[in-house]
Amino acid sequence: MAIVEKVLEVKDLKTYFYTEEGEVKAVDSLSYYVAKGESVGLVGESACGKSVSSLSILRLIPYPPGVIVGGEILFQGKDLLKISEDEIREVRGNHIAMIFQEPTTSLNPVLTVSLQLSEALQLHRHMDKHTANEEAVKLLKLVGIPDADKRATDYPYQFSGGMQQRIMMAIALSCNPELIIADEPTTSVDVTVQAQLLELIDDLRSQFGTAVIIITHNLGIVARYVDRVNVMYAGRLVETAPTDVIYSEPKHPYTVGLLGSVPRLDLPRKRKLYVIDGLPPHLARLPVGCNFSPRCRFAVDHCREEKPTLDEVGENHLSACFRSGEMKELAAKERED
Amino acid sequence: MRAYLIRRLLLIIPTLLIVTVIVFLSVRFVPGSILDLMVAQMGELSGITDLDIDYLRHILGMDVPMHLQYVRWLGVWPQAIDHATAGGQISGIIQGDFGVSLWNSESVLQQLMQRLPVSLELGAMSLIIAWLIALPIGVFSAIRQDTWGDYAGRTFAIVAISVPAFWLGTMVIVYPSILWGWTPPVVYIPLADNVGENLLQFLLPAAIMGMVISGTTMRMTRTMMLEVLRQDYIRTAWSKGLRERTIIIRHAMKNALIPVITIVGGMIPLLIGGTVIIEQIFTLPGVGRLLFNALTRRDYPVISGINVIIALVVLIMNVVVDLAYGWLDPRIQYR
Amino acid sequence: MAEPITTAPIRSEDVRKRRHWFVDLFTRLWKEKPLATFGGIIVLIMFLTGIFANLLAPYGFNEIILSDRLDAPSGVHWLGADNLGRDLLSRVIFGARISMIVGVAGAGLSVMVNMLIGIPSGFFGGKFDIIMQRFVDAFLCFPPLILYLTIMAILGTGILPVILVLGVSMGIGQSRIVRAAVIGIKENVYVEAARAIGVPTGRTLIKHILPNIMAPILVVFTVGMGRMILAEASLSFLGFGIAPPTPSWGGMLSGTGRTYMLQAPWMVLWPGLALSLVVYGINMLGDGVRDLLDPRLRGGLGRYGAVKRKKPAEVTS
Repeated sequence: MAIVEKVLEVKDLKTYFYTEEGEVKAVDSLSYYVAKGESVGLVGESACGKSVSSLSILRLIPYPPGVIVGGEILFQGKDLLKISEDEIREVRGNHIAMIFQEPTTSLNPVLTVSLQLSEALQLHRHMDKHTANEEAVKLLKLVGIPDADKRATDYPYQFSGGMQQRIMMAIALSCNPELIIADEPTTSVDVTVQAQLLELIDDLRSQFGTAVIIITHNLGIVARYVDRVNVMYAGRLVETAPTDVIYSEPKHPYTVGLLGSVPRLDLPRKRKLYVIDGLPPHLARLPVGCNFSPRCRFAVDHCREEKPTLDEVGENHLSACFRSGEMKELAAKERED
Repeated sequence: MRAYLIRRLLLIIPTLLIVTVIVFLSVRFVPGSILDLMVAQMGELSGITDLDIDYLRHILGMDVPMHLQYVRWLGVWPQAIDHATAGGQISGIIQGDFGVSLWNSESVLQQLMQRLPVSLELGAMSLIIAWLIALPIGVFSAIRQDTWGDYAGRTFAIVAISVPAFWLGTMVIVYPSILWGWTPPVVYIPLADNVGENLLQFLLPAAIMGMVISGTTMRMTRTMMLEVLRQDYIRTAWSKGLRERTIIIRHAMKNALIPVITIVGGMIPLLIGGTVIIEQIFTLPGVGRLLFNALTRRDYPVISGINVIIALVVLIMNVVVDLAYGWLDPRIQYR
Repeated sequence: MAEPITTAPIRSEDVRKRRHWFVDLFTRLWKEKPLATFGGIIVLIMFLTGIFANLLAPYGFNEIILSDRLDAPSGVHWLGADNLGRDLLSRVIFGARISMIVGVAGAGLSVMVNMLIGIPSGFFGGKFDIIMQRFVDAFLCFPPLILYLTIMAILGTGILPVILVLGVSMGIGQSRIVRAAVIGIKENVYVEAARAIGVPTGRTLIKHILPNIMAPILVVFTVGMGRMILAEASLSFLGFGIAPPTPSWGGMLSGTGRTYMLQAPWMVLWPGLALSLVVYGINMLGDGVRDLLDPRLRGGLGRYGAVKRKKPAEVTS
């Protein structure tokens, strides 16, 4: 395994929510890393803990009911969970920036775009107001806002959803962070705009060498834009591999299912789409064995008794399934039936 | 904007017409015996004993059919020839003629204008004091939700809503007087005479009224603030690394306080009601006291005049508040 | 698609026992809202005091003992005596009865008026609603107290006029609450369905609308009781409510109460204190009931960058 320079490493992260229904393990023993300048996809169904895990990195879990109960988040040699409130503020927006799912609600409705852009510059880059405003216009141009100099003083509601998401990207980019976390950045915009936004993220990444985590529920969308894919299920990482490997040799039945459920143009139309039966488990009432075992077509008794660990199944390829080794044959057999 | 304003002001007219009907009916639709009562009362209070009911009915303009009385009062029909001030002319509330007091023949409008500054000053000061109490505590209560500070703030809000102004006012007069021999001034000092002493005189009554009305505002502030604090854009603000203080002041407060400030429209009626009691306790010669005296003497022209004008003030304030809302919130544009 | 798979057996405590919502409300109030329960106890004490005033009061409310004029609080008169030598404790106790009657009857009447205007306005909508709402609009232009004072001055004082005036005025003023609730329910699928299969309007109203507006009505009633009691006290204080010698808490602070307040401050202290306490209790109770019945008004569920965060040291342990 090649030695990589890790910009972020999440180790054994546990984020639980304490609700009326009991302890909800939104993120349970999650470990992964992001290499410098790398683009990583974090994929899973809604409510599988992918957003919570990314919010945990910047300690933005709403309390109550959420608490980060354990783990380490290593960034630039420091554990982000151990540093002081002042220190984490220095990281937020400056070294690690976020782009959220809903641009319409993520921008403050009563403040101008230029103010929302320049405040981070003033804070982290110590620019004066005037310079920060000029920089804000430059950033808006960079993300492709037409008439940026005129529109900087507009309010968010005067922009379309796609344009608002570009503004969010400009805010995230403003302090030239080492890592940008994009939480379902394209879910709430048109399909045509989705591709544009993802292209833009990719462009900016190659231009500035920023590492990116793209969180999504749609494996198909990110395939072109990420180097490596982490698949999450019910709060846990179930498989991680370079993108091409995930597509060609998925080792976890959940990944197999996810891939099978993506409509593909390159395969015969007669081929039926794969459906994963059932619903994700309630995170407060997880099964004893593998979290996926109740829905898994290949589950054996062992799967229902013990939780599988994330084991190496190939180069840079980890999978949390007792039957990872036989997956290729199992999937092939399944397709024949 | 201008078209919007004109439309809003035009919409006041039908509502105001209904208001005049309600006022007219409730004040003129008095049981017949009330005239006897008036004769007796006037005799008792002013020494006039030979007052004839028919004469009284005539000078009140009540000897003509109800609809005629209304159109004369409203000012779309000529008054009776021997009417005290506007014989034979069209003169009613539309022309600004609210009639004269039954007791001293003074113009209702003139009396009202004389008293208005006192009530306005009291109301404005109370409102400012209410905000000074309510906004900081409400915001604090929200950002420290479910801590002892929050519980204290919420308890204070409910106490403020529950304690009647007249009792609080009475206690503030009684106990300092018994303990230290201090009583609030009873003679009104006009603002023009001595600004300092006038403000000092208004401070205590305004503080009591302010405290009483602060409860509602405080709860509203807290609720709005809590609502805003869990919005996505607050999360964005945190993700930028801003200080909590900046987030509260710049990102949360403006969003939360816009609706809070605009409920002042709903507070105007409360304030006006409050002035009646407070002016009575602290002997301030405002509209509230004018109304109170008119009510005790059953001075119907004054009672109806005050009611119509107060309703008009409330309607205009609602428009002003709506305009303020648009000015504060960039998302709202009037067309 | 296969049956959704439950990953763990449903435990008995997960299923809330099916009880009448009213019983459920009280249980939850007791369990979750200690302050509201405290308020409820105050209200209960006031009700019991009002009902059993004859048994509780050591003297009659109008029993004049001239030798005890303006007596300070003592073993004989626990709360002191007024300018006619009437026992203040007894008057405050009988005052509870007046407040209770005004509060319950007034709030009851206001709820009825509220429903009489709100239900048809919300259910039928259209022109009827528009015309009704213009009248409600006009009505809302009058500051409540001024409205009450004006009508009371015309009707004359007394407990019945007070209840009528306050009940009807407040009912009109708050009719929008029920109207809004009815509009909300009307749009529900089951009401549409009932109308589609031809259920008569009256039956729809009774079967579907009425049971579903009970929650806002209960809130209106509870909160209305406090407002009613406060308004009656304010009117009586100004001399337009309940006339002496009937011991209204507000009335005890006016007239002779004011004349003698510097010599005998207990004459104005106790009635006001009792009044404040009772209204406080009702408001606490009303708040709790509203919180439980209207989840939208409940406070926020956690927030970003919250104050009470586990210290980093505790996190890893």
